[in-house]
Amino acid sequence: MVWKIVLLVVMTWVIVGAFILPAPQQAIGEASRIFYFHVPQAWVAVVAFLVSMVASVRFLRNGNRLEDDRARVAAGLGLLFSLLATVSGSIFAKVTWQSYWNWDPRETSILILLLIYGAYFALRTAVTEPERQARLAAVYAIFAFVTVPFLMFVIPRVLPSLHPSDSIVDESGSFAMSLETSVVFFPSLAAFTGVFIWMYRLGRRVTTAERLRIEE
Amino acid sequence: MYTLEVLSLTKGFGPRQVLKDVSFSLTVGDSLAVIGKNGSGKTTLLRILAGLMIPTRGKAVFMHDSQKLDRAAIRQRLSYVGPELALYDALTAAENLRFFGKMRGISLDNELIVKITEMVGLSGRENDLYRAYSSGMKQRLKYAVALLNDPTYLLLDEPTANLDEEGRQVVSQIIARQKENGILIVATNEQEEYGFAEKQYRLDG
Amino acid sequence: MPKNSIGLTAKSWAVLRKDIQVEFRSRYALNAILLFGVTTLTVVSFSVGQKNLSGELYAALFWIIIFFSAMSGLAHVFVREEDAKTATVLRLTADTTAVYWGKLGFNFLLLSLLEAVITPLFLMMTDAILHHFFLLLIILFLGAVGLAGATTLIAAIISKASVKGALFAVLSFPILLPLLIGVINGTTKALTATGGVTQASSELQLLTSYAVVMITASLLLFEFVWEE
Repeated sequence: MVWKIVLLVVMTWVIVGAFILPAPQQAIGEASRIFYFHVPQAWVAVVAFLVSMVASVRFLRNGNRLEDDRARVAAGLGLLFSLLATVSGSIFAKVTWQSYWNWDPRETSILILLLIYGAYFALRTAVTEPERQARLAAVYAIFAFVTVPFLMFVIPRVLPSLHPSDSIVDESGSFAMSLETSVVFFPSLAAFTGVFIWMYRLGRRVTTAERLRIEE
Repeated sequence: MYTLEVLSLTKGFGPRQVLKDVSFSLTVGDSLAVIGKNGSGKTTLLRILAGLMIPTRGKAVFMHDSQKLDRAAIRQRLSYVGPELALYDALTAAENLRFFGKMRGISLDNELIVKITEMVGLSGRENDLYRAYSSGMKQRLKYAVALLNDPTYLLLDEPTANLDEEGRQVVSQIIARQKENGILIVATNEQEEYGFAEKQYRLDG
Repeated sequence: MPKNSIGLTAKSWAVLRKDIQVEFRSRYALNAILLFGVTTLTVVSFSVGQKNLSGELYAALFWIIIFFSAMSGLAHVFVREEDAKTATVLRLTADTTAVYWGKLGFNFLLLSLLEAVITPLFLMMTDAILHHFFLLLIILFLGAVGLAGATTLIAAIISKASVKGALFAVLSFPILLPLLIGVINGTTKALTATGGVTQASSELQLLTSYAVVMITASLLLFEFVWEE
């Protein structure tokens, strides 16, 4: 209970701080404030994928339907956050570079993530038998996750990038965020992760209750 | 000694409960007729035993001298014939036999193919396409394929479906041989077929 | 019954040969895939034919044709087994890994045939100039391996769905994106004067590692899709 209040306070600070303190990237201007929201959203989308994948692996190994429920809940949240990240990124792109979409590697990656989540649920809808649905979805989640290293490391080397490269770590590799930026960014990262965990736990409570009802 | 132990096998499709706590145990020389009206789960039970479906609860344990058999070992020693199975339409009977023989780890030469087709009463028809076979002939070829690996466990769903008098005789012979050296499970709701097995297991109510 | 032990390789070949035999007698997947490819190519050539576009554009168009043709035919290898009800006997008798290798091989051959037909036609029907033949050959090969490697497992997945429709393309596209980026960039370099094998080393690395990773992952996951 306490941590929910803490979460509320931190999130409030993040929202206020994002607009009161100086914009993180002077070169880009006021629009760079979206950094405080967009990056944590993308981060959560990836974390959700990881959670979903791990639960899927567990499900294939032990056949416990609760694991499949976990995978499904996490994937649902992943879909939500990757949608948010794509939209916030697109808005930022329009304001800064005058075009909603540019095929910059990070843009591409978050779009692929969104498509993977969409495909995951399309698959689930297309398989009616519950046991089979869980297995096939688990296989797809794991298989799709395998492409993540390609998205994260290989594509950026092959596609030219528009993303500001010196927001977090600059060319020399040392930490490049100013104190003012850190003071909003890291709490934001924590707050968004907190929101994810909270929603995940709620989702799990629902699925666990449903499963108990099914088992009678 | 090969055995099969079925322990509380349960299968549900969503809200529909098809099998509930099915249990029995068999050893070489045993034959079991699984009886029940349409929809009572006979085919489902056989499919689970054949490894084609995963039960909701419970398990089927195949053992050889107190050693559990793994999936691959079960596959080698088990055959299943049922109405929903089909062989390759675009291939001849001989090609089907040769292919499934390969899958079973056996190389079949022409001589053997002739012998096998003779055994199921399909002499001279081995170079016809499976597509051209009547349903009775198809059933016989399915038996031929099922016997390629000399199965310890033979599962038959509606064994004499589509068969004429001669076909039924072929099946009787196959079943008689199986009862000597292996385990036989027959799923049926035909009174005449009850006699194929010594024991019975009812699936209704 | 004589029991010679037949190894995994031989069993995989047997599955592949069987699929080729069956396919040859009906030509269903082959027709679908070639017809789609040639039709799309004709449309492309008609609208873009003599306009002298950049290497990048030609590369993109080429792989759009290949991708969508692949989507129209690569699922067949599993869907046909399920529809014809032959999958059950295969499941009962065959080694799961042999089934995967055989089907993978079949899809690879299908793709290679598609590429062999479309590539020369494409070069003839558009103004694309092939500057680096050897590079294109490698890209086509790696592209076919990667495409087959990534989609064979997905084909197995959708063959068990009750509603297939566009599911194959929906599931395949996100997973294929790294491959598509690699082959399009690589083909661009084959179609422009300044390209060449050495210039395309990062693409070739990407494609090779992609193929290896996807096939390995498929091998590990296939049994969960195929059995039951």
